[in-house]
Amino acid sequence: MKFASEFRDPVAARALLTAIAAKADQIGATRAKPVHIMEICGGHTHSIFRYGLDKLIHDGVEFIHGPGCPVCVLPMARVDECVEIAEIPGVIFTTFGDAMRVPGHKKSLMQAKSAGADIRMVYSPLDALELARRNPDRQVVFFGLGFETTTPSTALSIQQAAREGLTNFSVFCNHITVPEPIKALLNDPDMTLDGFIGPGHVSMVIGIHPYDFIARDYGKPLVVAGFEPTDLLQSVLMVLTQIAEGRAQIENQYARVVPEHGNPVSLAAIADVYERRPSFEWRGLGEIDASGLRIRAKYAAFDAEEKFGIGYAAASRNVPETPGCACGSVMTGRLKPTQCPQFGTGCTPDMPLGALMVSSEGACAAYWQYSGARVVAE
Amino acid sequence: MCLGIPGRITAITDPVRLMAMAEVSGVRREVNVACIAGNQLDDLVGQWALIHVGFAMSLIDEDEAEKTLEALRELGEAQETLDQMAQSVEALR
Repeated sequence: MKFASEFRDPVAARALLTAIAAKADQIGATRAKPVHIMEICGGHTHSIFRYGLDKLIHDGVEFIHGPGCPVCVLPMARVDECVEIAEIPGVIFTTFGDAMRVPGHKKSLMQAKSAGADIRMVYSPLDALELARRNPDRQVVFFGLGFETTTPSTALSIQQAAREGLTNFSVFCNHITVPEPIKALLNDPDMTLDGFIGPGHVSMVIGIHPYDFIARDYGKPLVVAGFEPTDLLQSVLMVLTQIAEGRAQIENQYARVVPEHGNPVSLAAIADVYERRPSFEWRGLGEIDASGLRIRAKYAAFDAEEKFGIGYAAASRNVPETPGCACGSVMTGRLKPTQCPQFGTGCTPDMPLGALMVSSEGACAAYWQYSGARVVAE
Repeated sequence: MCLGIPGRITAITDPVRLMAMAEVSGVRREVNVACIAGNQLDDLVGQWALIHVGFAMSLIDEDEAEKTLEALRELGEAQETLDQMAQSVEALR
């Protein structure tokens, strides 16, 4: 039994688990009739599985794994477009490593690289910028991917490129936002969500008020949480306490990092560089209103969609996903990863069929990685 | 790419571009400090920040930095980030 050694503060973790159990009993949550709490962020999903919190916690609390893993919600059509741009002669295509193995209809970026395309894994858009400075005769394209954690870094890089007057740097912008898919899930009559664990580092950028509609319009509590297991348990307790007291508020468990109004420099850069697309396609969730960002016309010179005529505006919508892949149902909590017929047979981390098996923050990869080495309570 | 990693700012390298050197788990990496710059750039030296894809996004205290690094190590995310930094050096060649 590993409980004591796995947790940095096992005494606090145990006390929180006991308090959660008491609160769950108080509101009548049982295995048959559980409280459904969605953790939005893929990092939280990973942490829940790493520490086996879903097993340690009271039977009446069920985690629903949310859409907060940008690689996992990336439609295959976007991967196809990346490959198309990367295969243009003279292009250096740069991307976070996370996106390399996501399957496209014909190939992944990894496969395109093996076939000869100049695709480079970078840690930061700053490195893509540096590549552009060092290779003035090549077109350097950065794949802008991710939620509000990475959105400001891409915006600041575009502003820097504009200040330097670089003409060979552009961004293939596929940035997405957290609050809008939550609204889509709350509007889905099939979803029963009783409360939310809000993302920590996204909220560090945007603050806690973009979630206000969840409490105000839908009557559901949300608690912004840190990444340590005791942060997550504390946040679950805060959600249950709100439910027990008949409250629905946006609370901040992670105030030591998350300011109420976010980071002003990041927010100003986002507002300067991007505008919302009318809608954007999410893998498994379909089109969601105002959930994606595009580069404003004043920065069109740095917009790969404009430069190459490839991208969301030019492509046909809703290209079908791989046959047999149930990522969409898993993403919306309708299926557990292990209930997908492909799990562990047609789809493994080495040979992923769906995006949820690719990223370490995907629910399927987390199930796969930790299902054999569960932390069991004493 | 979604989780930040704590790093300590060791020097300002380019005050115009708002760039600084940071030390992340023993690895030195140049980062942008626009989001935490405030008025006195030099005051950043010695401070801890959460760094996302090369951008320092939030100042944190040393205790929070230690706790976050430990949590990231447990999740395998710390090594993943350091690997990505190393890969990026390769990509620039």
